[in-house]
Amino acid sequence: MNALEVRQLRKTYKNGVEALKGIDLSVAEGDFFALLGPNGAGKSTLIGIVSSLVNASAGETSVFGISVQKKRSQAMAQIGLVPQEVNFNQFEKPFDIVVNQAGYYGVPRHVARERAEYYLGKLGLWDKAFGMSRTLSGGMKRRLLIARAMVHEPRLLILDEPTAGVDIEIRRSMWKFIEEINTAGTTVILTTHYLEEAENLCRNIAIIDQGRIVENTSIKTLLGKLDIETFVLDLRAPVSRAPVIEGIEVVLRDATTLEASIPKSRSLNRLFSQLEAEGMEVVSMRNKANRLEELFVRMVHLDQESAA
Amino acid sequence: MSVEVSARSYWIGYQTILIKEITRILRIWAQTLIPPVITMSLYFVIFGAIIGRRVGEMGGLPYMEFIVPGLIMLSVITNSYGNITSSFFGAKFGKHVEELLVSPLPPWIILAGYVSGAVFRALAVGLLVWLVAAFFAGFHMHNLLVTISILLLTSIVFALAGFINAIYARKFDDISIIPTFVLQPLTYLGGVFFSVSLLPGIAQQIALINPIVYMVNAFRYGLLGVSDIPLWIAYAITLGFASLLFFICLTLIERGVGLRS
Repeated sequence: MNALEVRQLRKTYKNGVEALKGIDLSVAEGDFFALLGPNGAGKSTLIGIVSSLVNASAGETSVFGISVQKKRSQAMAQIGLVPQEVNFNQFEKPFDIVVNQAGYYGVPRHVARERAEYYLGKLGLWDKAFGMSRTLSGGMKRRLLIARAMVHEPRLLILDEPTAGVDIEIRRSMWKFIEEINTAGTTVILTTHYLEEAENLCRNIAIIDQGRIVENTSIKTLLGKLDIETFVLDLRAPVSRAPVIEGIEVVLRDATTLEASIPKSRSLNRLFSQLEAEGMEVVSMRNKANRLEELFVRMVHLDQESAA
Repeated sequence: MSVEVSARSYWIGYQTILIKEITRILRIWAQTLIPPVITMSLYFVIFGAIIGRRVGEMGGLPYMEFIVPGLIMLSVITNSYGNITSSFFGAKFGKHVEELLVSPLPPWIILAGYVSGAVFRALAVGLLVWLVAAFFAGFHMHNLLVTISILLLTSIVFALAGFINAIYARKFDDISIIPTFVLQPLTYLGGVFFSVSLLPGIAQQIALINPIVYMVNAFRYGLLGVSDIPLWIAYAITLGFASLLFFICLTLIERGVGLRS
C-alpha cells in the first residue's frame, strides 16, 4: 500500500493562480521521499492539500488508502506535519505545546507527557521544555516543530523545508533523528532547498515545477542521467594554472584545488596522466556534492523553456 | 502505530482544547477575571448605591436588587464573546490554529472546545460578580434551574457569535468593532438598568427585537422571580439563537472560511 497517492490533483486559488495542474504522485510506504522544486512551484500547496490545510479544486488524495477528502479525520491521524513556518504559540512552553498536540490526536495525557519528554529529549530540547517558546533559538524552534509532529507517532511524516536557516551541526543532528524515524518504519516526505541533503538522505524523488511533476524517479536513476561528473581534486603543492586537457574541463578553484568536469564517456586515466605529466600530485579526490543540484537546475530550466 | 480515531480520541481532543483554554484564562487572570469584577463593583456603587437610592423601586424591586441580574448578564455576555474572539482570532493570527486544523478533530469538537472555554470564563466572571452583588444587594435565588440554564445558554449564544466574528476577522480591529458598536448598545438597551415595561409603546416594541432583553429577563426571573417577558418565549428565542449560530459556525469551519485556502 502506498503511504501517499495523489491523482489528478488541481488547485486554483481565488486570485486565479493555478498552483497545481493535475498532479499524479505515489510515495511507497517506508520511503524517504524528496519533493523538490523552485519557490512557487506548488510544493507547499501540495503539502497543504495532503495535510488538509488547503482545499483541493479537483482530484483525489489518499494516505495509506484513506481519502483525505472523504475521511479527513482518519487520514489526518496518519500524518505528522512539520510546516515551513513556525506556527506554535510562542507564549506557551515547549512541553505544553507537544502534550497538547498529542491530545488533539487522542493520545491520553499521561502517555502524551511521557512521549513529550522522550521526543524533546531526543531532539535536545528537554532542558528548555518549561521555558517560554519565544525564547528558543531558530534551530530549537525547528526541532520543537519536529517533536510536535512526532508526538502522536504518525505513519507519514511530512517535512516542509525543516532545516531552513538552521546551522550545519543542528541540521545534521536533525537528519540523524529523521533517518532513525524512517528506519523504524515511518514514511518521510521532505521538501528542502539543500539538494545535497536530499541526495544523501532520500531514496526517491519528485521534481515539481509550475504546478506539474517534471520528474518522479529514484535518486539513483536520476543521478544516472547526469552525463557529466564533476570531481574536486586536492593538490599537494600550489599551482598557478589549470592544465588544459582535451574533452575535460578543468578549473582552478584555488592554488591547491582543481575542479574537473568529465563526460561519463571519457576515462579518468587521461586526466591523471596529464596531471602527472605536469608535475601535479593529487592527494585526495571527491565527487562534487551538488550533482543533484546540477540536474535540478537543468530540469527546471528545460521545463520553463518548454512552457515558454 | 498511529492513533486510531474514535469517540475516546475525540473526547481527549475536546478535553485538551478546554484545558488549554482554562489554563490561558487562569494564567492571565489579571486580564480575564479581575477587570469585569472591578467594573461591575463600580456599577453597583454608582448606579445601585448612589443613584439607585434616588430611583426608588423598579419592577416592584429596590433598584439595587433590580440591576443585579442585568449586571451579571452583562459580564457573562461580554466575557463569553470577548474570550472566544481573542483566543480563536489569536490562534488564527499566530497561525497555531493550524495545530487543530491538521489534526483528526472534526469541526464540532474544535467548536465545542472553544465554546466551553468561553463558557468557563463567562461563568467564572459571573460568579465573581454575583459575589460582589451579594455584598451590595444580598443573596437571592428564586429558581436555581432557570438561573443556571439561562446563564449557560446565554454564554453559549455569545460564544458562538464571537466565534463567527473571529472567523471573519483579519486584524485585531475586526474583533473590537462588534462588541463596541453592536454588543454594548444591545446589552445596555436590553433591560439591564430598566424595566422594558417603562418604555413608551413603540419603543417597547423595538426593544423586544433585542434578544438580550429575553435573556436578561429570564435570568432576572431565575434570581428574583420577576420578568417582563414570558419565560417560554425567552427560552425559545435563546435556544433558537444557539441552534442557528451553532449551525452557522459548523458550516463555516467545514468550508474552511477564513481558515483554509
